[in-house]
Amino acid sequence: MRSLRKPSVIPGFGLSLGFAAFYASLIVFIPLAALFAKAFTLTWSQFWDTVLDPQAVASYRLSLGAAFIGASINLVFGFIVAWVLVRYHFFGKKVVDALVDLPFALPTAVAGIALTTLYAPQGWIGQWLTPFNIKVAYAPLGVVVALTFIGLPFVVRTVQPVLEELEKEIEEAAASLGASRWHTFRRILLPALLPALLTGFALSFARAVGEYGSVVFISGNMPFKTEITPLLIVTKLEQYNYAGAAALAVVLLTFSFVLLLLINMLQHWSSKRAGG
Amino acid sequence: MVGTVSSLGRRATRINHAVSEPFWVQFILITIALVFLALFLVMPLVAVFKEAFSKGIEVYFASLSEPDAWHAVKLTLLAAAISVPLNVIFGVSAAWAITKFRFHGKHALITLIDLPFAVSPVVAGLIYVLLFGAQGWFGPWLADHDLKIIFAVPGIVLATIFVTFPFVARELIPLMEEQGTSYEEASLTLGAGGWQTFWRVTVPSIKWGLLYGIILCNARAMGEFGAVSVVSGHIRGQTNTLPLHIEILYNEYQFAASFAAASILAGLALVTLVVKSFLEWQHTRDRERAARAALQEI
Repeated sequence: MRSLRKPSVIPGFGLSLGFAAFYASLIVFIPLAALFAKAFTLTWSQFWDTVLDPQAVASYRLSLGAAFIGASINLVFGFIVAWVLVRYHFFGKKVVDALVDLPFALPTAVAGIALTTLYAPQGWIGQWLTPFNIKVAYAPLGVVVALTFIGLPFVVRTVQPVLEELEKEIEEAAASLGASRWHTFRRILLPALLPALLTGFALSFARAVGEYGSVVFISGNMPFKTEITPLLIVTKLEQYNYAGAAALAVVLLTFSFVLLLLINMLQHWSSKRAGG
Repeated sequence: MVGTVSSLGRRATRINHAVSEPFWVQFILITIALVFLALFLVMPLVAVFKEAFSKGIEVYFASLSEPDAWHAVKLTLLAAAISVPLNVIFGVSAAWAITKFRFHGKHALITLIDLPFAVSPVVAGLIYVLLFGAQGWFGPWLADHDLKIIFAVPGIVLATIFVTFPFVARELIPLMEEQGTSYEEASLTLGAGGWQTFWRVTVPSIKWGLLYGIILCNARAMGEFGAVSVVSGHIRGQTNTLPLHIEILYNEYQFAASFAAASILAGLALVTLVVKSFLEWQHTRDRERAARAALQEI
Protein backbone atom coordinates (compact mmCIF):
# COMPACT_ATOMS: atom_id res chain seq x y z
CA MET A 1 0.00 0.00 0.00
CA ARG A 2 2.73 2.44 1.02
CA SER A 3 4.39 2.46 -2.36
CA LEU A 4 1.13 3.55 -3.99
CA ARG A 5 1.10 7.02 -2.49
CA LYS A 6 3.19 10.09 -1.83
CA PRO A 7 4.48 10.35 1.77
CA SER A 8 2.38 12.25 4.33
CA VAL A 9 2.27 12.67 8.12
CA ILE A 10 -1.47 12.02 8.23
CA PRO A 11 -2.34 8.53 9.43
CA GLY A 12 -5.10 6.16 8.39
CA PHE A 13 -4.35 5.78 4.70
CA GLY A 14 -4.41 1.98 4.72
CA LEU A 15 -7.50 1.75 6.89
CA SER A 16 -9.61 4.36 5.09
CA LEU A 17 -8.68 3.37 1.55
CA GLY A 18 -8.83 -0.31 2.41
CA PHE A 19 -12.33 -0.09 3.81
CA ALA A 20 -13.58 2.25 1.07
CA ALA A 21 -12.22 0.06 -1.71
CA PHE A 22 -13.50 -3.14 -0.08
CA TYR A 23 -17.01 -1.73 0.47
CA ALA A 24 -17.21 -0.17 -3.01
CA SER A 25 -16.17 -3.44 -4.66
CA LEU A 26 -18.64 -5.44 -2.62
CA ILE A 27 -21.63 -3.16 -3.16
CA VAL A 28 -21.02 -1.68 -6.60
CA PHE A 29 -18.21 -3.23 -8.58
CA ILE A 30 -18.77 -6.98 -8.18
CA PRO A 31 -22.58 -6.86 -8.66
CA LEU A 32 -22.19 -4.73 -11.81
CA ALA A 33 -19.52 -7.10 -13.12
CA ALA A 34 -21.92 -9.99 -12.48
CA LEU A 35 -24.53 -8.20 -14.60
CA PHE A 36 -22.20 -8.05 -17.60
CA ALA A 37 -21.15 -11.66 -17.04
CA LYS A 38 -24.80 -12.72 -17.02
CA ALA A 39 -25.67 -10.76 -20.17
CA PHE A 40 -22.81 -12.41 -22.02
CA THR A 41 -23.92 -15.93 -21.17
CA LEU A 42 -26.10 -15.27 -24.22
CA THR A 43 -24.52 -15.89 -27.61
CA TRP A 44 -23.94 -12.85 -29.80
CA SER A 45 -27.00 -13.54 -31.94
CA GLN A 46 -29.21 -14.16 -28.87
CA PHE A 47 -27.94 -10.95 -27.31
CA TRP A 48 -28.69 -8.88 -30.42
CA ASP A 49 -32.08 -10.52 -30.89
CA THR A 50 -33.06 -9.54 -27.34
CA VAL A 51 -31.64 -6.06 -27.56
CA LEU A 52 -33.01 -5.25 -31.05
CA ASP A 53 -36.41 -6.84 -30.53
CA PRO A 54 -39.07 -4.37 -31.82
CA GLN A 55 -40.67 -4.09 -28.36
CA ALA A 56 -37.27 -3.24 -26.83
CA VAL A 57 -36.51 -0.70 -29.56
CA ALA A 58 -39.90 0.95 -29.01
CA SER A 59 -39.06 1.20 -25.30
CA TYR A 60 -35.68 2.86 -26.00
CA ARG A 61 -37.38 5.34 -28.27
CA LEU A 62 -39.87 6.25 -25.55
CA SER A 63 -37.33 6.31 -22.69
CA LEU A 64 -34.80 8.40 -24.60
CA GLY A 65 -37.36 10.58 -26.40
CA ALA A 66 -39.41 11.42 -23.30
CA ALA A 67 -36.23 11.98 -21.25
CA PHE A 68 -34.96 14.33 -23.96
CA ILE A 69 -38.17 16.34 -24.09
CA GLY A 70 -38.36 16.45 -20.27
CA ALA A 71 -34.75 17.64 -20.03
CA SER A 72 -35.43 20.28 -22.70
CA ILE A 73 -38.43 21.61 -20.76
CA ASN A 74 -36.22 21.73 -17.67
CA LEU A 75 -33.47 23.48 -19.62
CA VAL A 76 -35.76 26.38 -20.55
CA PHE A 77 -37.80 26.70 -17.37
CA GLY A 78 -34.94 25.71 -15.06
CA PHE A 79 -32.89 28.55 -16.53
CA ILE A 80 -35.73 31.02 -15.92
CA VAL A 81 -36.16 29.77 -12.34
CA ALA A 82 -32.41 30.03 -11.64
CA TRP A 83 -32.28 33.51 -13.20
CA VAL A 84 -35.24 34.75 -11.19
CA LEU A 85 -33.86 33.27 -7.94
CA VAL A 86 -30.42 34.86 -8.37
CA ARG A 87 -31.22 38.21 -9.97
CA TYR A 88 -34.64 39.33 -8.70
CA HIS A 89 -36.29 39.93 -5.36
CA PHE A 90 -39.81 38.81 -4.66
CA PHE A 91 -41.97 37.66 -1.80
CA GLY A 92 -41.39 34.06 -0.69
CA LYS A 93 -38.15 33.63 -2.61
CA LYS A 94 -36.48 31.57 0.14
CA VAL A 95 -39.38 29.11 0.24
CA VAL A 96 -39.38 28.78 -3.55
CA ASP A 97 -35.63 28.20 -3.48
CA ALA A 98 -35.98 25.39 -0.92
CA LEU A 99 -38.94 23.86 -2.78
CA VAL A 100 -36.90 23.40 -5.98
CA ASP A 101 -35.25 20.36 -4.37
CA LEU A 102 -38.60 18.64 -3.75
CA PRO A 103 -38.11 16.07 -6.56
CA PHE A 104 -34.89 14.95 -4.81
CA ALA A 105 -36.67 14.51 -1.50
CA LEU A 106 -40.09 13.21 -2.55
CA PRO A 107 -40.14 9.44 -3.13
CA THR A 108 -40.77 8.63 -6.78
CA ALA A 109 -43.79 6.44 -6.02
CA VAL A 110 -45.47 9.36 -4.24
CA ALA A 111 -44.70 11.66 -7.17
CA GLY A 112 -46.06 9.02 -9.53
CA ILE A 113 -49.47 8.63 -7.90
CA ALA A 114 -49.80 12.38 -7.30
CA LEU A 115 -49.06 13.27 -10.93
CA THR A 116 -51.39 10.53 -12.17
CA THR A 117 -54.22 11.90 -10.04
CA LEU A 118 -53.60 15.43 -11.33
CA TYR A 119 -53.42 14.48 -15.01
CA ALA A 120 -56.10 11.76 -15.09
CA PRO A 121 -59.05 12.75 -17.36
CA GLN A 122 -61.05 13.79 -14.25
CA GLY A 123 -58.06 15.28 -12.40
CA TRP A 124 -57.41 18.92 -11.47
CA ILE A 125 -55.25 19.52 -14.55
CA GLY A 126 -56.54 16.69 -16.73
CA GLN A 127 -60.12 17.99 -16.82
CA TRP A 128 -58.92 21.17 -18.56
CA LEU A 129 -57.03 19.19 -21.18
CA THR A 130 -59.75 16.62 -22.00
CA PRO A 131 -61.89 19.09 -24.05
CA PHE A 132 -58.86 19.71 -26.28
CA ASN A 133 -58.41 15.96 -26.73
CA ILE A 134 -55.05 16.07 -24.95
CA LYS A 135 -54.39 12.87 -23.06
CA VAL A 136 -51.58 13.01 -20.51
CA ALA A 137 -52.09 10.19 -18.02
CA TYR A 138 -51.86 6.71 -19.59
CA ALA A 139 -50.24 8.23 -22.70
CA PRO A 140 -46.65 9.07 -23.77
CA LEU A 141 -47.20 12.66 -22.64
CA GLY A 142 -47.59 11.35 -19.08
CA VAL A 143 -44.09 9.88 -19.26
CA VAL A 144 -42.79 13.31 -20.28
CA VAL A 145 -44.56 14.95 -17.32
CA ALA A 146 -43.10 12.45 -14.83
CA LEU A 147 -39.60 12.76 -16.27
CA THR A 148 -39.82 16.56 -16.23
CA PHE A 149 -40.74 16.41 -12.54
CA ILE A 150 -37.87 14.19 -11.46
CA GLY A 151 -35.26 16.12 -13.48
CA LEU A 152 -36.45 19.57 -12.44
CA PRO A 153 -33.79 20.53 -9.84
CA PHE A 154 -30.73 19.73 -11.97
CA VAL A 155 -30.65 22.71 -14.36
CA VAL A 156 -31.60 25.15 -11.58
CA ARG A 157 -28.91 23.83 -9.22
CA THR A 158 -26.11 23.77 -11.81
CA VAL A 159 -26.87 27.23 -13.25
CA GLN A 160 -27.55 29.01 -9.92
CA PRO A 161 -23.97 29.00 -8.50
CA VAL A 162 -22.42 29.98 -11.84
CA LEU A 163 -24.86 32.86 -12.21
CA GLU A 164 -24.06 34.02 -8.66
CA GLU A 165 -20.33 34.05 -9.40
CA LEU A 166 -20.61 36.03 -12.65
CA GLU A 167 -19.01 39.42 -12.33
CA LYS A 168 -21.44 42.26 -12.81
CA GLU A 169 -18.59 44.46 -14.02
CA ILE A 170 -18.55 42.69 -17.37
CA GLU A 171 -22.23 43.45 -17.90
CA GLU A 172 -21.66 47.04 -16.79
CA ALA A 173 -18.80 47.35 -19.26
CA ALA A 174 -21.00 45.98 -22.05
CA ALA A 175 -23.78 48.40 -21.15
CA SER A 176 -21.43 51.38 -20.99
CA LEU A 177 -20.06 50.45 -24.39
CA GLY A 178 -23.56 50.76 -25.74
CA ALA A 179 -24.80 47.17 -25.85
CA SER A 180 -28.49 46.68 -25.29
CA ARG A 181 -29.61 44.42 -22.45
CA TRP A 182 -30.69 41.71 -24.90
CA HIS A 183 -27.39 41.98 -26.76
CA THR A 184 -25.45 41.65 -23.47
CA PHE A 185 -27.52 38.62 -22.56
CA ARG A 186 -26.95 36.89 -25.88
CA ARG A 187 -23.29 37.71 -26.36
CA ILE A 188 -21.98 37.72 -22.77
CA LEU A 189 -24.27 35.97 -20.31
CA LEU A 190 -25.44 33.08 -22.45
CA PRO A 191 -21.94 31.95 -23.54
CA ALA A 192 -20.73 32.13 -19.93
CA LEU A 193 -23.66 30.05 -18.71
CA LEU A 194 -23.65 27.56 -21.58
CA PRO A 195 -21.46 24.85 -19.94
CA ALA A 196 -23.59 24.93 -16.78
CA LEU A 197 -26.81 24.82 -18.79
CA LEU A 198 -25.62 21.83 -20.81
CA THR A 199 -24.39 20.04 -17.67
CA GLY A 200 -27.78 20.53 -16.02
CA PHE A 201 -29.50 19.29 -19.16
CA ALA A 202 -27.31 16.19 -19.33
CA LEU A 203 -27.80 15.40 -15.61
CA SER A 204 -31.55 15.79 -15.94
CA PHE A 205 -31.53 13.61 -19.06
CA ALA A 206 -29.38 10.91 -17.42
CA ARG A 207 -31.61 10.77 -14.36
CA ALA A 208 -34.73 10.52 -16.53
CA VAL A 209 -33.48 7.69 -18.77
CA GLY A 210 -33.34 5.21 -15.90
CA GLU A 211 -36.37 6.46 -13.96
CA TYR A 212 -38.95 3.87 -12.98
CA GLY A 213 -41.05 4.71 -9.91
CA SER A 214 -42.84 7.84 -11.03
CA VAL A 215 -43.40 6.63 -14.61
CA VAL A 216 -45.05 3.24 -13.98
CA PHE A 217 -48.10 4.87 -12.40
CA ILE A 218 -48.76 7.56 -14.99
CA SER A 219 -47.77 5.75 -18.20
CA GLY A 220 -50.33 2.92 -18.30
CA ASN A 221 -47.52 0.52 -19.32
CA MET A 222 -48.80 -0.52 -22.76
CA PRO A 223 -46.17 -2.42 -24.79
CA PHE A 224 -44.96 -0.49 -27.88
CA LYS A 225 -46.80 2.64 -26.69
CA THR A 226 -46.05 3.64 -23.12
CA GLU A 227 -43.57 1.02 -21.98
CA ILE A 228 -40.21 2.42 -20.83
CA THR A 229 -37.04 0.32 -20.90
CA PRO A 230 -36.75 -0.11 -17.09
CA LEU A 231 -40.30 -1.50 -17.06
CA LEU A 232 -39.43 -3.96 -19.84
CA ILE A 233 -36.53 -5.16 -17.67
CA VAL A 234 -38.92 -5.78 -14.78
CA THR A 235 -41.30 -7.65 -17.12
CA LYS A 236 -38.48 -9.91 -18.33
CA LEU A 237 -37.46 -10.53 -14.73
CA GLU A 238 -41.00 -11.52 -13.78
CA GLN A 239 -40.95 -14.03 -16.66
CA TYR A 240 -37.70 -15.44 -15.16
CA ASN A 241 -35.85 -14.36 -18.31
CA TYR A 242 -32.76 -13.30 -16.34
CA ALA A 243 -30.32 -13.20 -19.26
CA GLY A 244 -32.79 -11.10 -21.30
CA ALA A 245 -33.24 -8.68 -18.40
CA ALA A 246 -29.46 -8.45 -18.02
CA ALA A 247 -29.01 -7.77 -21.75
CA LEU A 248 -31.47 -4.85 -21.65
CA ALA A 249 -29.82 -3.60 -18.44
CA VAL A 250 -26.48 -3.56 -20.29
CA VAL A 251 -28.03 -1.37 -23.01
CA LEU A 252 -29.49 0.99 -20.40
CA LEU A 253 -26.16 1.13 -18.54
CA THR A 254 -24.34 1.91 -21.78
CA PHE A 255 -26.63 4.90 -22.37
CA SER A 256 -25.93 6.06 -18.82
CA PHE A 257 -22.16 5.61 -19.07
CA VAL A 258 -22.01 7.59 -22.29
CA LEU A 259 -23.98 10.35 -20.59
CA LEU A 260 -21.74 10.22 -17.50
CA LEU A 261 -18.69 10.59 -19.73
CA LEU A 262 -20.33 13.53 -21.50
CA ILE A 263 -21.17 15.18 -18.16
CA ASN A 264 -17.58 14.79 -16.96
CA MET A 265 -16.32 16.38 -20.16
CA LEU A 266 -18.81 19.24 -19.80
CA GLN A 267 -17.77 19.84 -16.20
CA HIS A 268 -14.12 19.83 -17.23
CA TRP A 269 -14.91 22.40 -19.93
CA SER A 270 -16.96 24.40 -17.45
CA SER A 271 -14.20 24.56 -14.81
CA LYS A 272 -11.61 25.44 -17.45
CA ARG A 273 -13.84 28.31 -18.54
CA ALA A 274 -14.30 29.52 -14.98
CA GLY A 275 -10.55 29.29 -14.37
CA GLY A 276 -9.59 31.10 -17.57
CA MET B 1 -37.16 53.15 -15.85
CA VAL B 2 -36.19 55.08 -12.74
CA GLY B 3 -39.48 54.19 -11.07
CA THR B 4 -38.85 50.50 -11.54
CA VAL B 5 -35.64 50.57 -9.55
CA SER B 6 -37.31 51.65 -6.31
CA SER B 7 -39.66 48.66 -6.47
CA LEU B 8 -36.75 46.33 -5.97
CA GLY B 9 -36.64 47.02 -2.24
CA ARG B 10 -33.70 47.17 0.09
CA ARG B 11 -30.90 46.59 -2.33
CA ALA B 12 -32.33 49.03 -4.87
CA THR B 13 -29.47 51.47 -4.48
CA ARG B 14 -26.95 48.87 -5.55
CA ILE B 15 -28.80 47.78 -8.65
CA ASN B 16 -28.00 49.72 -11.74
CA HIS B 17 -30.75 49.60 -14.31
CA ALA B 18 -28.26 49.36 -17.14
CA VAL B 19 -27.45 45.84 -15.95
CA SER B 20 -30.96 44.80 -14.99
CA GLU B 21 -34.19 44.29 -16.89
CA PRO B 22 -37.24 46.57 -17.11
CA PHE B 23 -39.91 45.89 -14.51
CA TRP B 24 -42.33 44.24 -16.94
CA VAL B 25 -39.67 41.75 -18.07
CA GLN B 26 -38.90 40.89 -14.45
CA PHE B 27 -42.61 40.50 -13.73
CA ILE B 28 -43.14 38.16 -16.69
CA LEU B 29 -40.09 36.02 -15.86
CA ILE B 30 -41.03 35.72 -12.17
CA THR B 31 -44.59 34.78 -13.18
CA ILE B 32 -43.38 32.10 -15.62
CA ALA B 33 -41.05 30.64 -12.98
CA LEU B 34 -43.73 30.58 -10.29
CA VAL B 35 -46.41 29.10 -12.56
CA PHE B 36 -44.01 26.39 -13.71
CA LEU B 37 -43.08 25.49 -10.12
CA ALA B 38 -46.69 25.64 -8.96
CA LEU B 39 -47.73 23.27 -11.73
CA PHE B 40 -44.93 20.76 -11.25
CA LEU B 41 -44.11 20.98 -7.53
CA VAL B 42 -46.88 22.55 -5.47
CA MET B 43 -49.87 20.91 -7.10
CA PRO B 44 -48.60 17.30 -6.74
CA LEU B 45 -47.79 18.02 -3.11
CA VAL B 46 -51.24 19.48 -2.43
CA ALA B 47 -52.87 16.59 -4.29
CA VAL B 48 -51.21 14.05 -1.98
CA PHE B 49 -52.65 15.61 1.18
CA LYS B 50 -56.03 16.37 -0.38
CA GLU B 51 -56.50 12.78 -1.58
CA ALA B 52 -55.23 11.42 1.74
CA PHE B 53 -58.03 13.20 3.62
CA SER B 54 -60.67 12.79 0.87
CA LYS B 55 -62.58 10.13 2.82
CA GLY B 56 -62.28 11.92 6.15
CA ILE B 57 -59.87 11.88 9.02
CA GLU B 58 -61.12 8.54 10.42
CA VAL B 59 -60.30 6.69 7.22
CA TYR B 60 -56.92 8.43 7.21
CA PHE B 61 -55.94 7.18 10.65
CA ALA B 62 -57.58 3.80 10.16
CA SER B 63 -55.53 3.14 7.04
CA LEU B 64 -52.34 4.14 8.81
CA SER B 65 -52.96 1.99 11.87
CA GLU B 66 -53.66 -1.27 10.04
CA PRO B 67 -50.98 -3.94 10.68
CA ASP B 68 -49.65 -4.06 7.10
CA ALA B 69 -49.09 -0.31 7.09
CA TRP B 70 -47.31 -0.51 10.45
CA HIS B 71 -45.13 -3.32 9.25
CA ALA B 72 -44.23 -1.32 6.13
CA VAL B 73 -43.25 1.68 8.27
CA LYS B 74 -41.08 -0.50 10.51
CA LEU B 75 -39.35 -2.19 7.57
CA THR B 76 -38.67 1.19 5.93
CA LEU B 77 -37.13 2.48 9.17
CA LEU B 78 -35.06 -0.69 9.55
CA ALA B 79 -33.68 -0.48 5.99
CA ALA B 80 -32.72 3.16 6.54
CA ALA B 81 -31.26 2.44 9.99
CA ILE B 82 -28.87 -0.13 8.49
CA SER B 83 -28.01 1.48 5.17
CA VAL B 84 -27.47 5.10 6.28
CA PRO B 85 -24.82 4.37 9.00
CA LEU B 86 -22.95 1.98 6.68
CA ASN B 87 -22.87 4.58 3.94
CA VAL B 88 -21.74 7.23 6.45
CA ILE B 89 -18.77 5.09 7.50
CA PHE B 90 -17.98 4.45 3.84
CA GLY B 91 -18.42 8.10 2.88
CA VAL B 92 -16.09 9.34 5.62
CA SER B 93 -13.44 6.69 4.87
CA ALA B 94 -13.55 7.34 1.14
CA ALA B 95 -13.43 11.11 1.59
CA TRP B 96 -10.52 10.79 4.06
CA ALA B 97 -8.50 8.62 1.69
CA ILE B 98 -9.30 10.75 -1.37
CA THR B 99 -8.78 14.20 0.12
CA LYS B 100 -5.93 13.67 2.59
CA PHE B 101 -3.63 11.57 0.40
CA ARG B 102 -2.35 11.44 -3.13
CA PHE B 103 -2.35 7.97 -4.61
CA HIS B 104 -2.74 6.03 -7.84
CA GLY B 105 -6.26 4.99 -8.74
CA LYS B 106 -7.88 7.95 -7.01
CA HIS B 107 -9.90 8.85 -10.10
CA ALA B 108 -11.05 5.28 -10.51
CA LEU B 109 -12.37 5.31 -6.94
CA ILE B 110 -14.19 8.63 -7.50
CA THR B 111 -15.81 7.26 -10.66
CA LEU B 112 -16.87 4.13 -8.77
CA ILE B 113 -18.49 6.30 -6.09
CA ASP B 114 -20.48 8.23 -8.71
CA LEU B 115 -21.57 5.12 -10.55
CA PRO B 116 -24.79 4.31 -8.62
CA PHE B 117 -26.18 7.74 -9.60
CA ALA B 118 -25.97 6.71 -13.25
CA VAL B 119 -27.53 3.28 -12.74
CA SER B 120 -31.29 2.90 -13.15
CA PRO B 121 -32.96 1.83 -9.87
CA VAL B 122 -34.36 -1.21 -11.66
CA VAL B 123 -30.86 -2.27 -12.69
CA ALA B 124 -29.70 -1.71 -9.10
CA GLY B 125 -32.25 -4.29 -7.97
CA LEU B 126 -31.52 -6.62 -10.88
CA ILE B 127 -27.81 -6.97 -10.10
CA TYR B 128 -28.57 -8.42 -6.65
CA VAL B 129 -31.20 -10.77 -8.08
CA LEU B 130 -28.56 -12.05 -10.51
CA LEU B 131 -26.14 -12.61 -7.62
CA PHE B 132 -28.39 -13.94 -4.86
CA GLY B 133 -31.66 -14.99 -6.56
CA ALA B 134 -32.70 -18.66 -6.91
CA GLN B 135 -31.12 -18.71 -10.41
CA GLY B 136 -28.23 -16.47 -9.35
CA TRP B 137 -24.52 -17.14 -8.82
CA PHE B 138 -24.83 -17.74 -5.09
CA GLY B 139 -28.47 -18.94 -5.29
CA PRO B 140 -27.83 -22.69 -4.89
CA TRP B 141 -25.34 -22.14 -2.06
CA LEU B 142 -27.77 -19.87 -0.21
CA ALA B 143 -30.59 -22.41 -0.67
CA ASP B 144 -28.39 -25.20 0.75
CA HIS B 145 -27.70 -23.12 3.84
CA ASP B 146 -31.32 -22.04 4.18
CA LEU B 147 -30.45 -18.37 3.73
CA LYS B 148 -32.73 -15.95 1.93
CA ILE B 149 -31.57 -12.62 0.53
CA ILE B 150 -33.85 -11.95 -2.44
CA PHE B 151 -37.55 -11.61 -1.60
CA ALA B 152 -36.42 -11.00 1.99
CA VAL B 153 -35.17 -8.18 4.20
CA PRO B 154 -31.41 -8.51 3.41
CA GLY B 155 -32.11 -7.91 -0.30
CA ILE B 156 -34.10 -4.79 0.50
CA VAL B 157 -31.24 -3.50 2.66
CA LEU B 158 -28.66 -4.26 -0.06
CA ALA B 159 -30.68 -2.48 -2.76
CA THR B 160 -31.17 0.51 -0.44
CA ILE B 161 -27.43 0.66 0.30
CA PHE B 162 -26.67 0.65 -3.44
CA VAL B 163 -28.95 3.54 -4.38
CA THR B 164 -27.85 5.69 -1.41
CA PHE B 165 -24.18 4.74 -1.73
CA PRO B 166 -22.76 8.03 -3.17
CA PHE B 167 -24.63 10.62 -1.06
CA VAL B 168 -22.34 11.12 1.96
CA ALA B 169 -19.06 10.69 0.05
CA ARG B 170 -20.20 13.11 -2.69
CA GLU B 171 -21.02 15.75 -0.08
CA LEU B 172 -17.78 15.34 1.89
CA ILE B 173 -15.17 15.09 -0.90
CA PRO B 174 -15.43 18.68 -2.22
CA LEU B 175 -15.73 20.04 1.33
CA MET B 176 -12.66 18.23 2.67
CA GLU B 177 -10.74 18.95 -0.53
CA GLU B 178 -11.27 22.66 0.08
CA GLN B 179 -10.21 22.45 3.73
CA GLY B 180 -6.91 20.77 2.90
CA THR B 181 -4.70 19.02 5.45
CA SER B 182 -3.05 21.86 7.38
CA TYR B 183 -5.26 21.66 10.51
CA GLU B 184 -4.77 17.90 10.78
CA GLU B 185 -1.03 18.33 10.28
CA ALA B 186 -0.89 21.01 12.99
CA SER B 187 -2.84 18.81 15.40
CA LEU B 188 -0.55 15.83 14.75
CA THR B 189 2.60 17.93 15.16
CA LEU B 190 1.28 19.14 18.51
CA GLY B 191 1.14 15.52 19.64
CA ALA B 192 -2.46 14.47 19.13
CA GLY B 193 -3.11 10.92 17.98
CA GLY B 194 -4.72 9.97 14.68
CA TRP B 195 -8.19 9.22 16.05
CA GLN B 196 -8.05 12.23 18.38
CA THR B 197 -7.24 14.45 15.42
CA PHE B 198 -10.09 12.91 13.43
CA TRP B 199 -12.71 13.40 16.17
CA ARG B 200 -11.51 16.77 17.50
CA VAL B 201 -10.31 18.49 14.33
CA THR B 202 -11.82 16.90 11.23
CA VAL B 203 -15.32 16.00 12.42
CA PRO B 204 -16.18 19.47 13.81
CA SER B 205 -15.09 21.11 10.58
CA ILE B 206 -17.17 18.84 8.35
CA LYS B 207 -20.23 18.43 10.59
CA TRP B 208 -22.70 20.48 8.50
CA GLY B 209 -21.66 18.83 5.27
CA LEU B 210 -21.85 15.43 6.93
CA LEU B 211 -25.37 16.08 8.28
CA TYR B 212 -26.40 17.37 4.87
CA GLY B 213 -25.24 14.14 3.25
CA ILE B 214 -26.99 12.06 5.93
CA ILE B 215 -30.28 13.90 5.42
CA LEU B 216 -30.24 13.35 1.65
CA CYS B 217 -29.11 9.75 2.07
CA ASN B 218 -31.92 9.08 4.55
CA ALA B 219 -34.61 10.66 2.36
CA ARG B 220 -33.61 8.46 -0.55
CA ALA B 221 -33.28 5.36 1.65
CA MET B 222 -36.81 5.72 3.00
CA GLY B 223 -38.32 6.61 -0.35
CA GLU B 224 -36.60 4.22 -2.74
CA PHE B 225 -39.08 2.38 -4.93
CA GLY B 226 -37.62 0.87 -8.12
CA ALA B 227 -34.62 -1.02 -6.71
CA VAL B 228 -36.51 -2.26 -3.66
CA SER B 229 -39.48 -3.27 -5.78
CA VAL B 230 -37.32 -5.62 -7.87
CA VAL B 231 -35.80 -7.47 -4.89
CA SER B 232 -38.72 -7.45 -2.46
CA GLY B 233 -41.21 -9.90 -3.94
CA HIS B 234 -44.05 -7.73 -2.54
CA ILE B 235 -45.01 -10.06 0.29
CA ARG B 236 -47.52 -8.20 2.43
CA GLY B 237 -46.62 -7.82 6.07
CA GLN B 238 -43.17 -9.24 5.33
CA THR B 239 -41.18 -7.54 2.59
CA ASN B 240 -43.25 -4.44 1.88
CA THR B 241 -41.64 -1.10 2.52
CA LEU B 242 -43.76 2.04 2.69
CA PRO B 243 -43.32 3.00 -1.00
CA LEU B 244 -44.28 -0.57 -2.03
CA HIS B 245 -47.26 -0.49 0.33
CA ILE B 246 -48.42 2.68 -1.46
CA GLU B 247 -48.18 0.91 -4.82
CA ILE B 248 -50.18 -2.13 -3.70
CA LEU B 249 -52.99 -0.05 -2.23
CA TYR B 250 -53.05 2.17 -5.33
CA ASN B 251 -53.31 -0.82 -7.67
CA GLU B 252 -56.18 -2.15 -5.54
CA TYR B 253 -58.00 1.16 -6.04
CA GLN B 254 -57.77 1.97 -2.32
CA PHE B 255 -56.81 5.52 -3.21
CA ALA B 256 -57.48 7.22 0.15
CA ALA B 257 -55.41 4.61 2.03
CA SER B 258 -52.65 4.78 -0.59
CA PHE B 259 -52.43 8.56 -0.38
CA ALA B 260 -52.55 8.40 3.43
CA ALA B 261 -49.37 6.31 3.35
CA ALA B 262 -47.95 8.65 0.70
CA SER B 263 -48.66 11.65 2.93
CA ILE B 264 -46.22 10.27 5.54
CA LEU B 265 -43.46 10.16 2.94
CA ALA B 266 -44.45 13.58 1.57
CA GLY B 267 -44.20 14.90 5.14
CA LEU B 268 -40.77 13.35 5.43
CA ALA B 269 -39.77 15.08 2.18
CA LEU B 270 -40.90 18.45 3.53
CA VAL B 271 -39.01 17.93 6.80
CA THR B 272 -35.94 16.99 4.72
CA LEU B 273 -36.20 20.25 2.77
CA VAL B 274 -36.53 22.32 5.95
CA VAL B 275 -33.55 20.64 7.64
CA LYS B 276 -31.56 20.97 4.42
CA SER B 277 -32.22 24.72 4.23
CA PHE B 278 -31.27 25.05 7.89
CA LEU B 279 -27.97 23.23 7.31
CA GLU B 280 -27.19 25.38 4.29
CA TRP B 281 -27.84 28.47 6.38
CA GLN B 282 -25.57 27.18 9.19
CA HIS B 283 -22.85 26.38 6.70
CA THR B 284 -22.88 29.87 5.13
CA ARG B 285 -22.96 31.47 8.59
CA ASP B 286 -19.92 29.48 9.76
CA ARG B 287 -18.10 30.34 6.58
CA GLU B 288 -18.84 34.05 6.87
CA ARG B 289 -17.74 33.98 10.50
CA ALA B 290 -14.45 32.32 9.53
CA ALA B 291 -13.91 34.85 6.76
CA ARG B 292 -14.52 37.73 9.18
CA ALA B 293 -12.14 36.22 11.75
CA ALA B 294 -9.48 35.85 9.08
CA LEU B 295 -9.94 39.50 8.10
CA GLN B 296 -9.56 40.68 11.69
CA GLU B 297 -6.29 38.79 12.07
CA ILE B 298 -4.86 40.75 9.19
